[in-house]
Amino acid sequence: MVIAALAFYLFAGVAVASALMVTLSRNPVHSVLWLILTFFSAAGLFVIMGAEFVAMLLVIVYVGAVMVLFLFVVMMMDVDFAELKSGMTKYIRIGTLLGIVLLVELVTAIGIWAFPEGALDMRQAVTPAPGDVENTVAIGQLLYTKYVYLFQTAGLILLVAMIGAIVLTMRHRKDVKRQNIIEQIYRDADTAIELKDLESGQGL
Amino acid sequence: MTIGLEQYLTVAAMLFVIGIFGIFLNRKNIIVILMSIELVLLAVNINMVAFSTHLGDLVGQVFTLFILTVAAAEAAIGLAILVVFYRNRGAIDVEDANVMKG
Repeated sequence: MVIAALAFYLFAGVAVASALMVTLSRNPVHSVLWLILTFFSAAGLFVIMGAEFVAMLLVIVYVGAVMVLFLFVVMMMDVDFAELKSGMTKYIRIGTLLGIVLLVELVTAIGIWAFPEGALDMRQAVTPAPGDVENTVAIGQLLYTKYVYLFQTAGLILLVAMIGAIVLTMRHRKDVKRQNIIEQIYRDADTAIELKDLESGQGL
Repeated sequence: MTIGLEQYLTVAAMLFVIGIFGIFLNRKNIIVILMSIELVLLAVNINMVAFSTHLGDLVGQVFTLFILTVAAAEAAIGLAILVVFYRNRGAIDVEDANVMKG
């Protein structure tokens, strides 16, 4: 129990500290790396909570795919980031003020919040006892039966996002010579050879 | 000392506020704004999973999966728009983004 508490405070502290570093870091590459650390710590928190599947999803999908995408984009751009940071001190006061107000609101909300009567009875899908199945099996049993349409919709959203990203970033460059396969196939001996009369001693 | 729901909610609230703070602090840098949005979504996910495990109700974790999906789609589209914007303008300053006079 003590070890679990210690692990919680370790992961929570690292997550909050690295999240702060994401916003305060001068170099966006460092921001991405801090964000990766934040996601790893959050995955650790999820493991402590007993949600292994979501934790692994966070590590694989977020750190493995989305953050690497961020890293690629940040590294591909040749931007003067010091110039972008120049206005930071201008906004730090309003940002801090807004953050404090929001934190106070959240703390107040959490402070007076309590479970309503019968909240435990109103659950839609009760988790099986930990001895019966693992977390991943339980989620699969729920996801592929009751939420199968939502699952398919999620796949559709990803498809739309993929097509959208490709359509947005694709461009046909005029200065690059590309292979025209149709033209190559329809080439024959009559059009392939062209005879030209040349003056002696001169080029084409 | 036991770790209950309140501790997780506190961590999520702190991450949420840091995300909002980051959006305000990095007004010019759209990459960091996108990362701050990811932080906010992570905070929401922590809330979802905390309530899910506390109540013994798996729906929260199922919906975390959907939030992850939407966040990944949002990041992909956002970065694609960012790349196009950079290609057209040669800069990623948000204050330059006034083509549509919005």
